[in-house]
Amino acid sequence: MGEREYDASSYAPPAEVEEMELPHPKGFFGKYVWSQDAKVIAVQYGLTATAIGLVALVLSLLMRLQLGFPNSLSLIDPGSYLQYVTMHGMIMVVYLLTAIFLGGFGNYLIPLMCGARDMVFPYLNMLSYWIYLASVLILVAGFFVAGGSTGAGWTLYPPQAISPGTPGVDTGIVLMLVSLAVFIVGFTMGGLNYVVTVLQARTRGMTLMRLPLTVWGIFMATVMALLAFPALFVAVLMMLMDRLIGTSFFMPEMLSMGESSDHRGGSPLLFQHLFWFFGHPEVYIVALPAFGIVSDLIATHARKNIFGYRMMVWAIIIIGALSFVVWAHHMYVSGMSPYFGFLFATTTLIIAVPTAIKVYNWVLTLWRGNIRLTLPMLFAIGFLFTFVNGGLSGLFLGNVTVDVPLSDTYFVVGHFHMVMAVAPILVIFGAIYHWYPKITGRMLDETLGKVHFWITFLGTYVIYYPMHFMGLEGVPRRYYAYGETTFISDSVQSLNAVITVAAFIVALAQLLFLFNLAWSYFRGREAGSNPWQATTLEWQTPHTPPRHGNFGKALPIVYRWPYDYSVPGVKQDFIPQNVPPEAVERESDTRRGGER
Amino acid sequence: MTDRMPRRLTLEPGWRGMVGDLASDQRAFKKVPWSKVMMWAFLVSDVFIFACFLVGYMMARIASSAPWPNASEVFALDVAGRQVPLLLIAIMTFILISSSGTMALAVKCGYERRRFATGGLLIATALLGTIFVGMQAFEWTKLIHEGVRPWSNPWGAEQFGAAFFLITGFHGTHVSVGVLFLVVMAIKVLRGSLQAGRPGFLTGRRGRYEMVETLGLYWHFVDLVWVFIFAFFYLW
Repeated sequence: MGEREYDASSYAPPAEVEEMELPHPKGFFGKYVWSQDAKVIAVQYGLTATAIGLVALVLSLLMRLQLGFPNSLSLIDPGSYLQYVTMHGMIMVVYLLTAIFLGGFGNYLIPLMCGARDMVFPYLNMLSYWIYLASVLILVAGFFVAGGSTGAGWTLYPPQAISPGTPGVDTGIVLMLVSLAVFIVGFTMGGLNYVVTVLQARTRGMTLMRLPLTVWGIFMATVMALLAFPALFVAVLMMLMDRLIGTSFFMPEMLSMGESSDHRGGSPLLFQHLFWFFGHPEVYIVALPAFGIVSDLIATHARKNIFGYRMMVWAIIIIGALSFVVWAHHMYVSGMSPYFGFLFATTTLIIAVPTAIKVYNWVLTLWRGNIRLTLPMLFAIGFLFTFVNGGLSGLFLGNVTVDVPLSDTYFVVGHFHMVMAVAPILVIFGAIYHWYPKITGRMLDETLGKVHFWITFLGTYVIYYPMHFMGLEGVPRRYYAYGETTFISDSVQSLNAVITVAAFIVALAQLLFLFNLAWSYFRGREAGSNPWQATTLEWQTPHTPPRHGNFGKALPIVYRWPYDYSVPGVKQDFIPQNVPPEAVERESDTRRGGER
Repeated sequence: MTDRMPRRLTLEPGWRGMVGDLASDQRAFKKVPWSKVMMWAFLVSDVFIFACFLVGYMMARIASSAPWPNASEVFALDVAGRQVPLLLIAIMTFILISSSGTMALAVKCGYERRRFATGGLLIATALLGTIFVGMQAFEWTKLIHEGVRPWSNPWGAEQFGAAFFLITGFHGTHVSVGVLFLVVMAIKVLRGSLQAGRPGFLTGRRGRYEMVETLGLYWHFVDLVWVFIFAFFYLW
């Protein structure tokens, strides 16, 4: 293959990308508030997402309180319980995970890893953050209006979402829909930036096949988001019209209290199709950056090149493409034609193939690696376990006949929390432990981090494993209380209590993490520029944390792929991407060769 | 040294060569400015928005149990006592397509660095766009006077009004935004900001004539979408 010869050469092509003119503001506001620097925007995104994520965490605790110890808190009534379900889901999926992976890690890592000075449109990038913040504020406003936020479930299915009787039908649902529309506008501004920066603004020598997998994951997720969010945007606009001016896109005629509604002839199924055309790619919008980041964490901390780099890249691309043709597996019980279900079950199971390739490659990268059990590595391994566990239950739910009885039970809750809540969150933690030294210049505390990891990792298993069994027994999800239900055994209640206690312990461990973030910022050990001895470009910056413009006077030139770890015959066990072949220190000139 | 020069992937034939080209050093699309790639990416995203709108419209129409209003009657114009179908819409479409022509000429003149020709053509394009929006407003007014509302109409399925106002409204917003940007660009061209490479308008990026082409991409896209809306609303 051509790349090998490329890599072994000291050839650097002439610069094609012209230098950017960056505005260098002087004052505090210009530097840290109205900043156009992608790194500052990344931190702003990260902090905002964390803040709103904590709100969602508290909501989940309130739900657990009700489920584990029913009616112990008079604040929680059936209506507010549904509101917690809705807001928890929507915040976690869209406003936390999507925003922190693409807006947070994307902004920080894409320019640095590609060897660019900044995103290609810094002003648009800044705008993207402020519009995101506006969408978060609109969403939060839902808590404070009369009637409270919407309680329609995070999928916002009509007709129930905008029919009288649902909590927050007066204002909450409108704020939710407007907030989503605003989020999509803001995200599009950022997303265009990420895509164009990866495609058009890499440094000399940085071919697409020399990009770290982190960038690949975030890039593909952004492309998918740009194609999937439009469906949600359309659904949101249509539902807003249904709610505000009485159209009937999604609203059929309904009888309520003996009177027929004003709506006539709408199709609730249309909403489900539009929603899941967004909703399923959204799963991979969250997962692909996690896949990419975890590949880099594993390779770096196992001191080994990633196994099957090309396969990993193609798997990311194929997963991205396939995820657009599986959406209706969320709708097996909606009354579609069975043939349709068969088609979507097939595509769903096919998507397991590239995903399995990725998992095998991670395991094979670990195989006989020089594994350092650093915090990022612990979280990466935790991700592998959790992702495999969650993924396997996905195979059950992907089959129509198995899904139908399991649909809308706690099995589904256990499945998607394992695969798309806990797994990506573990990667986010690992990534923060990994890149915090670059962002702040100081290491996070190791002991606190280990306590955080073990409580979080084991705790989530105590929380979500029992849910699978509850689901097999048929315990329905989204219920406020179960009352006298014969098919639910008594032990379910004790399980629920255990889960609730575990959830509170895990939540407390997150406070430990937040304390670690704050404490280490002032008191942490100085990190130096490359504490993990990593090869990618962000660790080769002249300053830590990197200044505006990232790389000082001259942009780095890339000579190799990002995974030159433990190359035989070379003194150091890693060769940074910007080290030319003649500068590599070898053990002796007689033992040459084998370098990639 | 020469034996260590890389073999050029781009010379490989077929699929592998294409991937090699795209994956090559620094830029996936050679000699294409950032703004143009961004506009293309945005347009692809926008295609998905309009596609979702139109597919939603089709599904609503197919699923509707009430009769769908007959387009050739609903959109007909009363000319000297005779109902002429498709008259207004034919003129509107003609005007919008013509504006694509003036836009293309503006791009050409821009690359020839003919300041006044470019500016004039941009203004002509904006004018045609304004006429289009004006005629659309006229059509909306006419329909509203006849009793069409987003939630009901005198002839049948109420989704007709909802889809019509939502989708043509969304497209009209696109045209209006385009007109705004055309005017801004025309002013920049006429006062020589692009010629002199002066930084300006919001982003502080230096002016250059490629901006006209980027704006042109957007304008042509808006025209192209109209063709689909035209087909689905007026001919179906």
